[in-house]
Amino acid sequence: MRVNFTVNGRPQEADDVWEGESLLYVLRERLGLPGSKNACEQGECGSCTVRLDGVPVCSCLVAAGQAEGREVVTVEGLADFAKQRTCGDSCGTAGTSLDEARQWAAKGTDSQTGEGTELSPIQQAFIDAGAVQCGFCTPGLLVASDELLERNSNPSDADIREALSGNLCRCTGYEKIMDAVRLAAARQSEGV
Amino acid sequence: MDFLRPASWEEALAAKAEHPTAVPIAGGTDVMVEINFDHRRPEYLLDLNRVGDLYEWEVGEETVRLGASVPYTRIMENLRAELPGLALASHTVASPQIRNRGGVGGNLGTASPAGDAHPALLAAGAEVEVESAARGTRLIPIDDFYTGVKRNALQPDELIRAVHVAKADGPQQYSKVGTRNAMVIAVCAFGLALHPGTRTVRTGIGSAAPTPVRARAAEEFLNAALEEGGFWDNGKIITPSVAKQFADLCSAACNPIDDVRGTASYRRHAVGVMARRTLTWTWESYRGTRRASEGAA
Amino acid sequence: MPTNGAPTKITQGSQTKGGIGESTLRPDGTLKVTGEFAYSSDMWHEDMLWGQILRSTVAHAEIVSIDTSEALATAGVYAVMTYDDLPTEVKNYGLEIQDTPVLAHGKVRHHGEPVAIVAADHPETARRAAAKIKVEYKELPVITDEASATAPDAILVHEGRDDHHAGHVPHPNIVHRQPIVRGDADEAARRADVIVKGDYTFGMQDQAFLGPESGLAVPEEDGGVHLYIATQWLHSDLRQIAPVLGLPEEKVRMTLAGVGGAFGGREDLSMQIHACLLALRTGKPVKIVYNRFESFFGHVHRHPAKLHYEHGATKDGKLTHMKCRIVLDGGAYASASPAVVGNASSLSVGPYVIDDVDIEAIALYTNNPPCGAMRGFGAVQACFAYEAQMDKLAEKLGMDPVEFRRLNAMEQGTIMPTGQPVDSPAPVAELLRRIKAMPMPPERQWESSEGSDVRQLPGGLSNTTHGEGVVRGVGYAVGIKNVGFSEGFDDYSTARVRMEVVGGEPVATVHTAMAEVGQGGVTVHAQIARTELGVTQVTIHPADTQVGSAGSTSASRQTYVTGGAVKNACEVVREKVLEIGRRKFGSYHPAWATAELLLEGGKVVTDGGEVLGDLADVLEGEAVEVEEEWRHRPTEPFDLRTGQGNGHVQYSFAAHRAVVEVDTELGLVKVVELACAQDVGKALNPLSVVGQIQGGTTQGLGVAVMEEIIVDPKTAKVRNPSFTDYLIPTILDTPTIPVDVLELADEHAPYGLRGIGEAPTLSSTPAVLAAIRNATGLELNRTPVRPEHLTGTA
Repeated sequence: MRVNFTVNGRPQEADDVWEGESLLYVLRERLGLPGSKNACEQGECGSCTVRLDGVPVCSCLVAAGQAEGREVVTVEGLADFAKQRTCGDSCGTAGTSLDEARQWAAKGTDSQTGEGTELSPIQQAFIDAGAVQCGFCTPGLLVASDELLERNSNPSDADIREALSGNLCRCTGYEKIMDAVRLAAARQSEGV
Repeated sequence: MDFLRPASWEEALAAKAEHPTAVPIAGGTDVMVEINFDHRRPEYLLDLNRVGDLYEWEVGEETVRLGASVPYTRIMENLRAELPGLALASHTVASPQIRNRGGVGGNLGTASPAGDAHPALLAAGAEVEVESAARGTRLIPIDDFYTGVKRNALQPDELIRAVHVAKADGPQQYSKVGTRNAMVIAVCAFGLALHPGTRTVRTGIGSAAPTPVRARAAEEFLNAALEEGGFWDNGKIITPSVAKQFADLCSAACNPIDDVRGTASYRRHAVGVMARRTLTWTWESYRGTRRASEGAA
Repeated sequence: MPTNGAPTKITQGSQTKGGIGESTLRPDGTLKVTGEFAYSSDMWHEDMLWGQILRSTVAHAEIVSIDTSEALATAGVYAVMTYDDLPTEVKNYGLEIQDTPVLAHGKVRHHGEPVAIVAADHPETARRAAAKIKVEYKELPVITDEASATAPDAILVHEGRDDHHAGHVPHPNIVHRQPIVRGDADEAARRADVIVKGDYTFGMQDQAFLGPESGLAVPEEDGGVHLYIATQWLHSDLRQIAPVLGLPEEKVRMTLAGVGGAFGGREDLSMQIHACLLALRTGKPVKIVYNRFESFFGHVHRHPAKLHYEHGATKDGKLTHMKCRIVLDGGAYASASPAVVGNASSLSVGPYVIDDVDIEAIALYTNNPPCGAMRGFGAVQACFAYEAQMDKLAEKLGMDPVEFRRLNAMEQGTIMPTGQPVDSPAPVAELLRRIKAMPMPPERQWESSEGSDVRQLPGGLSNTTHGEGVVRGVGYAVGIKNVGFSEGFDDYSTARVRMEVVGGEPVATVHTAMAEVGQGGVTVHAQIARTELGVTQVTIHPADTQVGSAGSTSASRQTYVTGGAVKNACEVVREKVLEIGRRKFGSYHPAWATAELLLEGGKVVTDGGEVLGDLADVLEGEAVEVEEEWRHRPTEPFDLRTGQGNGHVQYSFAAHRAVVEVDTELGLVKVVELACAQDVGKALNPLSVVGQIQGGTTQGLGVAVMEEIIVDPKTAKVRNPSFTDYLIPTILDTPTIPVDVLELADEHAPYGLRGIGEAPTLSSTPAVLAAIRNATGLELNRTPVRPEHLTGTA
């Protein structure tokens, strides 16, 4: 079947979709947006969390056909999404194109890798606080944390833990993730 | 596999009538797991996401008519006063992401004894509104809805439209044991509702029998004990011996199994503990409101 | 030039920003937060196929027949392969013993063993085709424990063993046995005023890394294959893959794709050979991605163990002797079992001084899931048991458990049971002192003016208690872990470092085959290069097999060994750069010839701080590149009879204090705080060090209260292969983890550093168990402890 929906502000079309495919599979394998991760595919880890019409959901449990006509925001679009939220519609959209995403090759990383990339406050906070190790849980945690700070700009520790209780991390022991969310909240309140 | 996308309730009923094997999918939190893990390959998937009615609720005089697909998050946020037991149960469902997608219709459709909503519905009292194109609407009392392990009273051509849950007329509580402090399937669960209007107590037990069940003997014992001691009127603390016997009878209402999530013996024990605690919490709350209203009067 | 393993001092680059000792940020951080970092499951290629594995549905059976005809006839299927289709005579692989069939041959030995593989144009097509393969099994009795493995009439899991352990094991169903005898335990036992014996059980833990086993194999024009893969050791994979494919190693090119965690679970091969076989057979790129269900069958787990311990002590609290027997279940294939046995035995005494010991550790072959490497590697199981023993002894003696441990704590100079002297700091007593001195978390922290916050109580969001039945407990534990590969293994790493001028600036490039699995090795390599070479710009080349082996990202060894290799290569580069400088500019300033020269802040300076020139000028028109191997001090094997030998390179120590709240009626546990004190020698990146300690601590918490792969003892089948029923801690299960980092340099190690990744995983589990015992008064001799164990309803 064919499925049409909007991802990170861009209309997307996927063809020859098998009816049992998840939104996660379509994003990763058909639209060249592998940022949402495939850790459990049973709604028990949150690595695939995306916003579906604004609501955080596990994209592994959304049938691709259920996304028809709807708006999806993935980690790849999070910086733009956050920017739009701050400055309204005047910002324009970007997002990764299919071609860009598919041109992956093993490239070196250096102190400039990703330099000039505009990050959302929560993305920057995750880097600064040391909340990223292997990074496989990171995309889902970023989408969930961003949504938390959108509706609660000054969450208590218990609020943060509750909001992120659907996102497993195996590397960090969560302490640096707590630090990152606190840091982003503090920067947000300072207007940095 | 075919993907059916009805745009309205009528279209959905027509599709289900034409394809009785079609598997309804709303939140997808059960169905998609089975598909992803290759446990199920339905001939048709019947997507209910575009049927807007299913996402609405109406608060009436006696009951709340809760659309089958109203996400648990909405129940937690909006129906805490009317459906406190179900709101508490909703808060224990899986994770925020799952609560954003899943609704009571899915729990009822799957009819797993571990579904978190069941004990709250049993305790509050509810009727399930189902409909088929051929025979129209019928209301199935919640007590008659669960017919076996993962089986319910639904006919192949029927879909669940809503559940009519009695509005709380007294305190309600819900507890669930899992081996993790969040995002966990119930080892066992317990719901309790005080109904001061009828001077009755209702219960619901999850994951401790082939189906969700009420602890009827325990309810009858407690109803009689409360009546006898004049507790509803005098608002006294329920004596420990009454609470203990109620808890024991709740344990006795279980018919659990040993599985990877827990032993049968533990389930019986834990249901008793939760029964005693939820009775204490609700009764304390009842006494509090009584005192408050007396104070106001 | 320094020799390998020689004492080193930091003479370079203290002025260069971003060097060692700073909490510099990850070079891959931006890619990871934008979703652009390419993990192995993200690989994509035009026209690629999807591979699928068919696995055994039974644990132990003869394969009577396999019929693939229907699968092959399925539209969209490009290849179906079984054992008979393997291209060469090499049909097995394995880390140490090559006993693992690439595809089952005649027999399956555990539930989930690969039997056939399929390549198709869509994953669903591949799954459907795999389901059409008909395998007829004739089931055999299952061997599931020591009794069934060593019974006189026991079926041999592996017939005709000829591996190098076969000669010394008492039974062919024992992979390896390591006794350690020192002093006279029986004689010493007579001096004991109290003797404590205990039998302990450690459940099977899963690494549960989040990124599933996956990769992409791309056939190449020269008949070779390029594999993009998530692994812990590229060259170890290569050594096992190439012979099965019948290709020389240079025709199997391997590039490290993004690794979504590892924790030991990627030391063994999973889908590597299968993907390459299918790619070579079909001539098309083949991608394989396990789902979580398959992942539980796709990698080895932590060995479950039965441990028997006996300790004695005098009235005044001095340990007299220790006897122990540790039985590790290795499952159907050897994997890392022999080395795990070596660790379990040699570290079984813990960080204590006991002169008279009698130790035996074995690993079994059974039909249970294969077990191998997981963070802590044999030391974890032992620590759980000996720390329980320490608490029992202290209680029996009426002593404070921390004071009792401090009284018996090992220190620098202590002789290990293997006869090896500990020749670097071993601040066990100090770590215990620090952990005990840390402030306690507030009591009844769940209470606020608005009532009870269930999120801070046992049961959490499930609303099981508002404070009823809740009892607080406090427990302590300390552990010892070896760092690096032991027992005479030639443990080396290789680094290629290049220095040149790019855009007018000196730039260093570091190229190693080190698997970055999240630990932050790439961050540290850049820091070392900045410190040693005085540059700001460092590029980390992707890890691949175009450079020599880096060894494994395991055994807490990478910062030590590959970090050491990078440091060493940088030093060689520095000398060459200075030679160029002397050649070009030596005549302009006498200091070029006489002074000790450093590279700092992009300049050549004297040790007196005088600037001799810009690196950019020295390197103008020149590039310096070296590739050097580097080794730590050699180790020796343990004697097979006495266990004597200088088997380990370095030891690592951590101590934990756990504060828990237990709902004693429901048996539910909330860990309130899990504080850790650890000696790290030298924190090259303090932020990463703390992150490692907190992560390791949490994995130890998991196996204390929830994590266990449950295997049916009747069928040897796995009962909970999913994240629904194999639970790992969520953020609501994880407490605050304050960390106290001690830095006592090990003069034998680069920069004085100490491998840190595993030690925190050891003591965390027994600390939580001790705290639960403290709260409940129960004995609790198994982990994980489940609600039924705390409520008498098991």
